[in-house]
Amino acid sequence: MDKFKGRVWLLGDDIDTDIIIPTEYLALKTVNDMAPYAFSPLRPELAGQIKEGDIIVAGKNFGCGSSREQAPEVIKALGIKAIIAKSYARIFFRNSINNGLLLIENPDLHDEIKEGDEIEVCVGQAVCANGKEYPISSLPENLLDILNAGGLVKAMRRLNGLED
Amino acid sequence: MGSTLIEKIIKNNTGIDAKAGDIVTVNVDRVMIHDIFIPFVADKFEEMGFKKLWDPDKVVLIYDHLVPASQVDDTRHFRKGNEFAAKYGMKNVHHSDGICHQLMTEAGYVKPGNVVFGTDSHTTTYGSVGAFSSGIGYTEMASILGTGKLWIKVPETIRVNINGKLPENVTSKDIILTLIGDLGADGATYKSLEFAGDTVENMSVASRMTISNMAIEAGAKCGLFSPDEKTAEYCNVMLDDTMKNLYGDEDADYCHVINYNAEDFVPVMACPSQVDKIRPVSEIKGTPIDQVFIGSCTNGRLEDLHNAAAILKGKKVAPFVKLIVTPASRKIYREAIADGTLSILSEAGAMITHPGCGLCCGRAGGILTDGERVVATNNRNFLGRMGTSKVEIYLASPITAAKCALAGKITD
Repeated sequence: MDKFKGRVWLLGDDIDTDIIIPTEYLALKTVNDMAPYAFSPLRPELAGQIKEGDIIVAGKNFGCGSSREQAPEVIKALGIKAIIAKSYARIFFRNSINNGLLLIENPDLHDEIKEGDEIEVCVGQAVCANGKEYPISSLPENLLDILNAGGLVKAMRRLNGLED
Repeated sequence: MGSTLIEKIIKNNTGIDAKAGDIVTVNVDRVMIHDIFIPFVADKFEEMGFKKLWDPDKVVLIYDHLVPASQVDDTRHFRKGNEFAAKYGMKNVHHSDGICHQLMTEAGYVKPGNVVFGTDSHTTTYGSVGAFSSGIGYTEMASILGTGKLWIKVPETIRVNINGKLPENVTSKDIILTLIGDLGADGATYKSLEFAGDTVENMSVASRMTISNMAIEAGAKCGLFSPDEKTAEYCNVMLDDTMKNLYGDEDADYCHVINYNAEDFVPVMACPSQVDKIRPVSEIKGTPIDQVFIGSCTNGRLEDLHNAAAILKGKKVAPFVKLIVTPASRKIYREAIADGTLSILSEAGAMITHPGCGLCCGRAGGILTDGERVVATNNRNFLGRMGTSKVEIYLASPITAAKCALAGKITD
């Protein structure tokens, strides 16, 4: 996970959780059932086009809106490897870390690349796109602990002596 | 240096003199889980390997988004919830009493100074009674159910001072919409909003709830008011010295201070489809509408129904407009029956529905289709929230919504 390449899907500012997964699909049994409807209010065809290992690049306030954890879960279920946005809404941020979905903040990348570009991510260091390097910061230690444990469920299983 | 209100609540909770930016572990006083997420919370809790709840009395389960069921699969959520509650000895279960955020304060689950988390973004509502409350996902909820603890970063605070008397037909909904417009939908992300000034001191707890409820729409972690005698009466507590000290100090470190004169506020709307796309109603007058919704955890309280009834009394809504009124709780519903409010609304042409989240999240009767417009008193106008993605949702106060219902078009 330290270094990987992926194809970019470009989204705008304020991509809210109702866009990521509308309420009407939240009572479906699994996130895999919900995944085909991801982003449907904005781009109904998008979920079918995303391939394993792709990267979402977005503007500010990604994931604003409700506390639905299905939002990062469906994005992960679609095979998205990481999101790089100008900023994130706080509940979405926590939910993503707890589910092991990598979130990266960068203020410039979104405005300087286009959909379909291939970019390279060096976790905790930089994103490389079209010959330019965009620096990124690393996460606070307590969040890295959760990510490194493989998410909050595994961290709690360890607490309860069910995993090493 | 003094402390902000959120810093005081966290210090009282943890014993640590934490300041903005510090990461601390808080002891949770109460949690709320609603029907949409209970199956996921239950599964995660057992997957984590917990055998019992940290404190069953501190856990509240509320069915509101899916009550009564409108899709057959919804009933699975009630069955899962009931099984989980029985298995782990939970007594605080509400099957059809109203919207979670109304019940949490109304039924006495939240007191000033408490630290509360819920599986819903509008959990910020309890800031209205001086509690630190915020929304989380179901995995974190499952971890709290096992441990009673959660890590948080102490937020920076934006102080909002409002002084003076609000003009006629302007309410706390217009204040919070204006603030969201000024800050932007991410203007308070990760931050605490702290409200003060004589305008908010003179405000009812119900009006404060509207403001705290929508703090999240500017991205805020919480929206806090100092508890006062009105809070004490509403929460049925005596204010002790700790509660009386819950205010932001003058010399606290605020990242931003905003001052408003109450006289300057006007009726406003959030226009499709962003909560921060705020326009004075006077600028969009005349836009034809198809439906009006008065309800939700933002504006479904008795005060809101009274405000709407005062506009609608003795009149009829425009013949083609469907007016849907949804009281926020059974208690409010019954009070509005007893004092004649529902009768006034019904005579004016309103359809009055059972208490619950209802149309606000597009899960009850009244959803709309392409090209239709709705004026609604809830908190979100996101694409597709109340029907198809080509429905235009305008957010407004109950007073403005009632006026629009009469006119059949946007009016102030």
